[in-house]
Amino acid sequence: MKKMNFHIVKRDQVSWKYSFLIRALAILASLLVSAVVITLLTQKNPIAIYSSMIKGAFGSSLRIWSLVQNIAVLLCISLAVTPAFKMKFWNCGAEGQVLVGGLATVSVMMFLGDSLPYPALVAVMILASVLAGIIWAVIPAFFKAMWNTNETLFTLMMNYVAIQLVAFFLKYFVKSGSGVLTPMPEYGLPVIFNQPYLLNIITVAVLTAVVYVYLKKTKQGYEISVVGESENTARYIGINVRKVIVRTLVVSGALCGIAGLILVGGTNHTISTTTAGGRGFTAIMVSWLAKFNPIYMILTSFLIVFLEKGAGQVSTDFRLPSAISDIVTGIILFFIIGCEFFLQYKILISKNGKEND
Amino acid sequence: MKKFLAILLAVVLCLSLAACGGNGGEDKTKGMSESPIDAVALNVDYTVPAEFKIGFICLHDENSTYDLNFLNAVDKIQEELKLADSQVIVKTNVPEGNECYEAAKDLVNQGCSVVFANSFGHEDYMIKAAKEFPKVQFCHATGTKAHTEGLDNYHNAFASIYQGRYLAGIAAGLKLNEMIEAGKFTAEEAKIGYVGAFTYAEVISGYTSFYLGAKSVCPTVTMDVQFTGSWYDATEEKNAAEALIAKDCKLISQHADSMGAPGACEAAGVPNVSYNGSTYDSCFNTFIISSAINWAPYYNYIIGQAVKGEKIAADWCGGIKEGSVVLTGINQDVAAEGTADAIKKAVADFNAGTLNVFDAKNFTVGGKALDSYKADVDTDAAFEADTEVIADGYFHESEYRSAPYFDLRIDGITLLNEKF
Repeated sequence: MKKMNFHIVKRDQVSWKYSFLIRALAILASLLVSAVVITLLTQKNPIAIYSSMIKGAFGSSLRIWSLVQNIAVLLCISLAVTPAFKMKFWNCGAEGQVLVGGLATVSVMMFLGDSLPYPALVAVMILASVLAGIIWAVIPAFFKAMWNTNETLFTLMMNYVAIQLVAFFLKYFVKSGSGVLTPMPEYGLPVIFNQPYLLNIITVAVLTAVVYVYLKKTKQGYEISVVGESENTARYIGINVRKVIVRTLVVSGALCGIAGLILVGGTNHTISTTTAGGRGFTAIMVSWLAKFNPIYMILTSFLIVFLEKGAGQVSTDFRLPSAISDIVTGIILFFIIGCEFFLQYKILISKNGKEND
Repeated sequence: MKKFLAILLAVVLCLSLAACGGNGGEDKTKGMSESPIDAVALNVDYTVPAEFKIGFICLHDENSTYDLNFLNAVDKIQEELKLADSQVIVKTNVPEGNECYEAAKDLVNQGCSVVFANSFGHEDYMIKAAKEFPKVQFCHATGTKAHTEGLDNYHNAFASIYQGRYLAGIAAGLKLNEMIEAGKFTAEEAKIGYVGAFTYAEVISGYTSFYLGAKSVCPTVTMDVQFTGSWYDATEEKNAAEALIAKDCKLISQHADSMGAPGACEAAGVPNVSYNGSTYDSCFNTFIISSAINWAPYYNYIIGQAVKGEKIAADWCGGIKEGSVVLTGINQDVAAEGTADAIKKAVADFNAGTLNVFDAKNFTVGGKALDSYKADVDTDAAFEADTEVIADGYFHESEYRSAPYFDLRIDGITLLNEKF
């Protein structure tokens, strides 16, 4: 029996056309495979399922606002983890950093809402949330810089501390035993043009541009890249690595704090242990899929939020268990992430290979 | 491709085999009886126009027994009223945050004239939506604020499930009596173990009524309660049940939503009184009976009022008569002789008004009978007790608002821990 030999070779830079083609094929293939799975499992028409997904994301102006708002929140957290990732500092603590930012916001709303004039209240909310996010991110950064502790574990653990802090806050101040804090919309961020989400969206749009410029055009952004590529090189050319690590995590934490502010001050007006809702982890995927480019992240966060909204609509329209839409989302993401392999490597096949055994 | 097909075939085969596996080969001698409470037919005195739509918001999906109970009732009412799929819009996995407000708004946008939400934490977001859409009716299960909020279109609902638990407690007490008579332990050793979610009124009301039901037939019974601090945590519930069994509890019941406690009982061979629905299929050696809330009568009520253009009550608490409180059948292989008759008699007494679950004669607090107690009925920031709830010799549960507020720690029940 003849054996087919193949080996995997790293590609050089791929052309724009080729990468577009591969990605389009991947999406097409994922839709086809999902269609087969849907038909086998549910006997429903896959076209109807896909149109229901589109309807769920774009079906009304309310849904479009909600879609953009959700993209904004996810994008904000993705922007936050990106500088750290570029530096190869694996910040898995965005969830906790967002939560403490939110906790700081809600504390200001609760305890200073009555006593401060509104503009001062908003200013204190912004300061408090940013500061809280920074503290939560800098603690593991400091330990990493000083004693080279493992930042993945450290930031992960900080998430649990943050969740428990919120739980403690709720148990302590909400005595009904149900742990539900009544929302305080009167102390929320201002609403502009009568659109409750507009301020959030504009804030994140501005932040996206700022982070893009920061990473691509400034000296600090360049230092982040150098430390990420090689700490020794960075040291050799005179970059203070410790300083860069801590400074970058200050940026990360501040952005997470703002995400917390948007979620609590601009959206929910209250807090629960699930306010961040796993976005701190989803953001890691958004950032990676976009290769740490803030502009691409708009697309990748759109993709994730679209799939989420679409999946919800599918369970509603067809009364299907949500597991079905999770399967479809999983298949689509699998193909999109999988196609990156073919963009980075090529497979060479030699047909005349001989048997080795 | 051939390989793929082969794998696919294998998978399909496995699945179909597994599907058949559930039915055969079990040793049940007498099996389940009918429910001791007669089924109440839904009273439909209206016709639903074709353009009518109702929306449902659920915290989780059918994987949670709590949500499944609501979803089953949705299917029931849809079938009963012959509503088209487009008239009944169900949103599952809606978190207790701004998402609930968005979901409610989206349902209104789709033309729903009634919106229902099923989780406690949905309440504030439902109120927010209710203020924005005064012509749409917003109904919320388990909430507490409708009677103080004063909105015409926002309503709370619950069921007098404490009656159902009392009845299930009778089955538990009779089982203990049977085991005492068989010489398995003495009357003084008769102890029930109870796995609760949180230490607050809904759960306290539940285990106290269950205990009082058991005590009405087995006067020496005591009870230990272990809390898990979660509505759904299979591992914690299993651990709690095992800990109670290790502490010599002879029978276990629970107020939490996973199969943790019933499963632990089946493994240890300890009788179990369940909640939310029958666990007979997987625990047929130990399952006795289960009480549950049936939400279909409330759905019928709100749809009817909305269609007729009549007002929906701010608080609605359905009982046995309305068909809101139901019992499963009795597992005749495990339950004591005469269980069905004893339950039927208690139901008749409830209906005649001669039996009250929280009759002040039947319990003491700190060794003393109570003739006055103030409960925290109106939700406020200070959580102050505000309403006198004992009158005519009994504690008036679920009368001043639909959600339970019985939070007394009565004698005979020991709390092993507290989880808020």
